[in-house]
Amino acid sequence: MINVSNLSKTFTNHPVLKGIDFSVQQGEIVVIIGPSGTGKSTLLRCLNYLETPTTGTIQIGPIKVEAGHASSKQITQLRQQSSFVFQNYALFANKTALENVAEGLMTVWKEPKQQALATSMKILEQVGLGDKAHQYPAQLSGGQQQRVGIARAMAAKGEVILFDEPTSALDPEWVDEVLAVMKQLARSKQTMIVVTHEMQFAREVADKIIFMEGGHIVEQGPPEQLFNAPQSERTRAFLARAMKG
Amino acid sequence: MNFDFIYTLELFPILLKYLGVTMQMALIGFVIALVLAVAIAVVRVFAVPVLNQVAIVFISFFRGTPLLVQLFLLYYGLPQVFPWLVGLDAFSAAVIGLSLHFSAYMAESIRAAILGVDRSQMEASLSIGMTKLQAMQRIILPQAARVASPSLMNYFIDMIKSTSLAFTLGVAEIMSKAQMEASSSFKFFESFVAVAIVYWVVVVIFTQLQHRLEIHLNRAYVK
Repeated sequence: MINVSNLSKTFTNHPVLKGIDFSVQQGEIVVIIGPSGTGKSTLLRCLNYLETPTTGTIQIGPIKVEAGHASSKQITQLRQQSSFVFQNYALFANKTALENVAEGLMTVWKEPKQQALATSMKILEQVGLGDKAHQYPAQLSGGQQQRVGIARAMAAKGEVILFDEPTSALDPEWVDEVLAVMKQLARSKQTMIVVTHEMQFAREVADKIIFMEGGHIVEQGPPEQLFNAPQSERTRAFLARAMKG
Repeated sequence: MNFDFIYTLELFPILLKYLGVTMQMALIGFVIALVLAVAIAVVRVFAVPVLNQVAIVFISFFRGTPLLVQLFLLYYGLPQVFPWLVGLDAFSAAVIGLSLHFSAYMAESIRAAILGVDRSQMEASLSIGMTKLQAMQRIILPQAARVASPSLMNYFIDMIKSTSLAFTLGVAEIMSKAQMEASSSFKFFESFVAVAIVYWVVVVIFTQLQHRLEIHLNRAYVK
């Protein structure tokens, strides 16, 4: 369902992604791990075209975009195939929790307001925030904000939800409630690509783990293989460090 | 001291009859200026080819020359070159002149407010499939409005006072009335004190409205 081939991204003479190939099946949970600064977030941002890739093709669902040959209409179509959960939540500051979730339904999918609000209320209840629907982001805790962020992404009608270190900016006390919502999503077979340093989560939830280093995919496979019998010495070294921390 | 208190008091009802014209100029002028300023600011932020260059020259001219010169150019100068402008009345010329002049300043403060909205707000809008224009309209501009509103109110206040220049085009507004009363009674001090008080009170009223507007715009940011 998702196909990425030969994807690269260079920021003014500084190559960050160096030829990435991978694919994701419908309903698959993919977790991307690796040291900081190895291009994990950039890869995720390229999938949503928040960064413009230098070369390569990205296909999500029926939309295929080739770097350098994409019209703005194609880019918007590609973005509509996925939604994004940001490390810093990035909730719309001028909208309530409910309006944050409903915004895409109304503006992008042109749903009538009442219908969009009703759908959004159900989604907010799924992430346990029905009672916070009319609060503004500034009035919510970090964990609540991130759950609204996930609810907004769930409402977006994309094929896949992309999570960019969704718990890294959270105080430790809020991490579990966000991970719980993500696990619940995973059980419902929502296709997800997650960049995270939460190794326990990766091991428990992922169908496939991708280990990235230096702009390359070093190794990918099911969690048992990556964690118990890594093929690459670099994977082994990284995991040894990560599990210790 | 020789101050005719009664005369000053009696002047207020006479001046207030012309306050409507003053306020019409200011309000119509401000609405047009605001629409223009938002459009110019968006053009500048997105660096729309051609329009961006036009906007830069526009802003440079209207900030770089005095309002009085612009009003004279528009009302007395342009009709000599473009005869179809001969029918332009003084009131409309004043409104157009004020709108163009203030839109140049307001565009820059709106642009600054837009640039002050966190980048993540645009990214989040795009990530759920909005176009840049939708994001601008639904998410960025409403947030920029909150940041820009104090400085926009500054320009509005300035604009109310600048309508007094319209008397040089022959518009019958409060300043022209005060001037007329002064020259016929020779009570210059009383006349101009009276007109100064009218402007001041109007500005104080709008400052209060601004205060309420700010509370309204801040409601999403109160913990």
